Amino acid sequence: MSAQEISSTDIEAVLATGSRPTLMTAVKRLLTAREFPVTAALVALVLFTYANNQLFLSRQGVKDLLLNATIVILLAVGQSIVIISRNVDLSIGSILGLTAFATGTLFVNNPDIPIWAVFVIVSLFGALLGALNGLLVTVARVPALVITLGTLYVFRGFNNLWAGPTQYFADDRPDAFGDLSVDTVFGLPIITLGALLVVVIVAGFMGRTRRGRDLYAIGSDPTAALLFGVPVGRRVFLAFAVNGLLAGLAGVLYASRFNSVGATTGNGIELDVVAAAVVGGVAIFGGSGTVVGAAIGAMLLTTITSSLTTLRVDKFWQQAIVGVLILAAIAADRIVKLRAERRLQTSEAHHG
Amino acid sequence: MKSSTRAGEANHWRRLTSLIGLLAVLALVAAACGSDSTTAEPASDGSAEDGAGSGDSDGTSDVNDLSITYIPKQLNNPYTNVVLGGGEGGAAEAGFEGIAVVGPLDASASSQVSFINAETQAGTDVIVIAANDPDAVGPALQEARDGGAKIVAFDSDTNPDFRDVFISQVVAKDVALIQVELIAEQIGGAGQIAILSATANATNQNEWIKFIEEELASNPDYADIELVATVYGDDDDTKSFQEAQGLLQAYPDLKGIISPTTVGIAATGRYLSTSEYKGQVALTGLGLPNEMRPFVKDGTVTAFALWDPAQLGYVAAYAGRALAAGEISGAEGDTFTAGELGERTVGEGGIVIVGPPTVFNAGNIDNYDF
Amino acid sequence: MAETIGRSGQKADWVRLALSRDAIMIYAVVVAVLFASLRLERFASTLTVGFLLLDLIPVLLIAMPMTLIIITGEIDLSVASIAGLSSAMMGTLWEDGFPIWLVIVVCLAIGLIAGAVNGILIAGLGLQSLAVTIGTLALYRGLALVVIGDNAVASFPAGLTSFTTSKLGNTGIPTVMIGVMVIVIMFAVVLHLTPFGRGLYAIGSAAEAASFVGIDVARVKIKLYVWCGGISALTGIYWTLRFSSARSDNASGLELTVIAAVLLGGVSIFGGKGSITGVVAAVGLIGTITYSLRLERVSDVVLIIVTGTLLIVSVVAPRIFEVISGARHRRKLSTQLAVDRSAITTHTRSTAHRKEE
Repeated sequence: MSAQEISSTDIEAVLATGSRPTLMTAVKRLLTAREFPVTAALVALVLFTYANNQLFLSRQGVKDLLLNATIVILLAVGQSIVIISRNVDLSIGSILGLTAFATGTLFVNNPDIPIWAVFVIVSLFGALLGALNGLLVTVARVPALVITLGTLYVFRGFNNLWAGPTQYFADDRPDAFGDLSVDTVFGLPIITLGALLVVVIVAGFMGRTRRGRDLYAIGSDPTAALLFGVPVGRRVFLAFAVNGLLAGLAGVLYASRFNSVGATTGNGIELDVVAAAVVGGVAIFGGSGTVVGAAIGAMLLTTITSSLTTLRVDKFWQQAIVGVLILAAIAADRIVKLRAERRLQTSEAHHG
Repeated sequence: MKSSTRAGEANHWRRLTSLIGLLAVLALVAAACGSDSTTAEPASDGSAEDGAGSGDSDGTSDVNDLSITYIPKQLNNPYTNVVLGGGEGGAAEAGFEGIAVVGPLDASASSQVSFINAETQAGTDVIVIAANDPDAVGPALQEARDGGAKIVAFDSDTNPDFRDVFISQVVAKDVALIQVELIAEQIGGAGQIAILSATANATNQNEWIKFIEEELASNPDYADIELVATVYGDDDDTKSFQEAQGLLQAYPDLKGIISPTTVGIAATGRYLSTSEYKGQVALTGLGLPNEMRPFVKDGTVTAFALWDPAQLGYVAAYAGRALAAGEISGAEGDTFTAGELGERTVGEGGIVIVGPPTVFNAGNIDNYDF
Repeated sequence: MAETIGRSGQKADWVRLALSRDAIMIYAVVVAVLFASLRLERFASTLTVGFLLLDLIPVLLIAMPMTLIIITGEIDLSVASIAGLSSAMMGTLWEDGFPIWLVIVVCLAIGLIAGAVNGILIAGLGLQSLAVTIGTLALYRGLALVVIGDNAVASFPAGLTSFTTSKLGNTGIPTVMIGVMVIVIMFAVVLHLTPFGRGLYAIGSAAEAASFVGIDVARVKIKLYVWCGGISALTGIYWTLRFSSARSDNASGLELTVIAAVLLGGVSIFGGKGSITGVVAAVGLIGTITYSLRLERVSDVVLIIVTGTLLIVSVVAPRIFEVISGARHRRKLSTQLAVDRSAITTHTRSTAHRKEE
């Protein structure tokens, strides 16, 4: 993409949100600020746990923390693209289940299939499922929550129909494939590095390309976006397809890391993923938040479970604590947002 | 705008009228049904048509046309599938005409009730159930019994008031003892151990855990073994992984983990085999040989236990047959023949024991395929 | 009635009524019941009536306040967790020897408080309801675990548990259905016949406009969440007594079933649209299909695919219909300057989105 193109998209994005360049910098500052509470919470949690138990940040401990977060990070990044466009995808747990089972099936039926081919085929399968959501949402112009609640059931149904009682185990897949989620580079798991790469790419896409900014514009004000000539339907469709693609990728990694894939894989994960995005500062009604924030939110939520167990917190209290933390994160985000708005108003007053 | 509010008001009235209309229709339908005054009918010929492969009657039975329905904890679960495989085979051999398997896709306490209700209405002669909750299924089972059905519990018992017999894999205490024995052997008789269970509410899990705790406390051989924690992996790979990691970090001196659930032990096996704890921390419990084979081969797990799940379903079919034919009543001391497995006796509390648990290790695991 | 509707009612009013979303849902229920009665050997019996109604009471109960909440443009995902919490409290208190009436009162109070917490966080602090109730979904279920742990309490008074499943004479209709119908009718009256109810539609269509005309939006919303908490707790009590088992995981996952039923019943997820009739019909439809499939021993796999497809079709089909009739309508519009009412609602709906932020 040429520099000229970028600047022209900049202008259009500004136009689309109906604000001025000075405002853009303020908005950027606000976006970084939105990630602050969740990052602070994550750091505090890790440090506190580490202070109580040094093993938490041992070589194995760090590896576990990162591996636990990897799959949820991918899902949360995909979900946040959709949420930013003022939609939501509740069907990702079912997509994860279908794609993870597809991975198992591919390896069992084609023992010699190259691993990269599995990644490509299954990710595309995920994208196809996501695209189906996108198609229903955009062509029929029907609320995403309703559609994806429907496909949550339908996809899960087909997963059950397809898998039946069959489960594929780690043993059914090549060792090299399983090792992907075990091996590390400089102490960092390979698949986590891969997920980070995805985060960087998607963050670049959302922040620096026209399509990405269109999604923010659509999320802030769909009607205005339409008036400014943003192809709303095509962009939203793209968001769902990319989300499906990432869920498919997560499905492959799930099959690599965990022992079994079957009819119930990924059941009920959708609300955790939405929670991760929200905790990461992605506004549930679209238009603001970043995929980096969502990724950190995912990291925070998966780390909480680990650290509560490590801290020997009574098992019956764990879920309640997770609930309180989600609420605290939303409240903190709200406070930051309110303060930023006030700052924005004063700066606007100065400039105006 | 004014007219639209008025229209809105009319709209609401209309909606209310249609609600009343709907209620009237439902009441009519209910009344129409009421006049039939149908109660649980005995087995009809129709029940054979939905049997999943009705077996050929061996001709020796004096009661023909019996139907049996299995209600497992959850469908599409590998362990359950082995149990049901044995059950369907056994039911066909025992001469049942209608054989069906129904059940929920999630193992929640209440989800089995409407399946029981439907079977009550179908007039099924024998209902074989693995209860997700011993009491939640009670009233529904009682209704089924009032309609003439015989209730056989298997795998996970219901409250004894609501069933005729319980087909138990093994004596609950034996399951606990063998796991303690295995872990004690593997950690050299001393050190910290932990339990990774399924869900906090699982009846059979909690019973075994209770016996494990008692045994550790009372048997002087295990005086040096300390049970430090019980955690719940919810029979979910992801959760089990995290709980296992948490245990190993929270208790750096942990020597071994007992996981009395097939999902938990396999998930923990996968985690240990891919971490630096492999070979350092012992793992045992109840697992399916097919699922555990790689972990036994790579040295993560030395030995674990299980009964033959297929026999559970198999014996349940014959017990149901004997009950329905009036040969036994489920009282202590009743005996019946369970096909090729020979004679079984109903023990105290209406419990039928299938057989001793098998210990699987590198030497014998390849002889089993389930 | 036709006169009040005025000029838009040119196309005979009864046609509109007969083709309304509610009416279609009612046809669907009637057709489903008739079909099942005629084609399924065992469906038409008092046993069916009893089992089917007992099964759908939890969904029906929670669907009532959920309908009102969704009409105001909000959502509550924590309902099943509140039911679970109330069930857990019930078990623990009863085991501790408190009299049953006190136990029930306390459980209801806890539900009201839980609902109030939701309401205050959402309407008081202005947090997004979807996000807040995901949080309280985890919190309340977590508290249920704290309260009862891995226990399951089953020793409730036999009189009470058998009353819960008892039937009215030989009709097969559960006795508790009377109470449930009273609640349903109360919600229907509140939503459709009171200024408060009309206010809910106003809030859902345009919250700012609603507050300009003097509706205290925050107070109304808090009230709805409190009701919702109370009804959820009541459902928890029903659940506990019906299955005579108090556990921390009771009713888990019920929230999505309820929401699916409410949306299938024609309530718009964006708020401002929907009726109790549609929702009651949707609950009945899902219940009838579920029970028919059970009777025929068809796997639940089919059931979830059917449920999902129904939900999608229920929102996509009217949209397609709208597009087709919209094209026809535009042609008419050139000759007649009347503004279609549905266009107004669509317009207000889209304005509502913009205002939401």
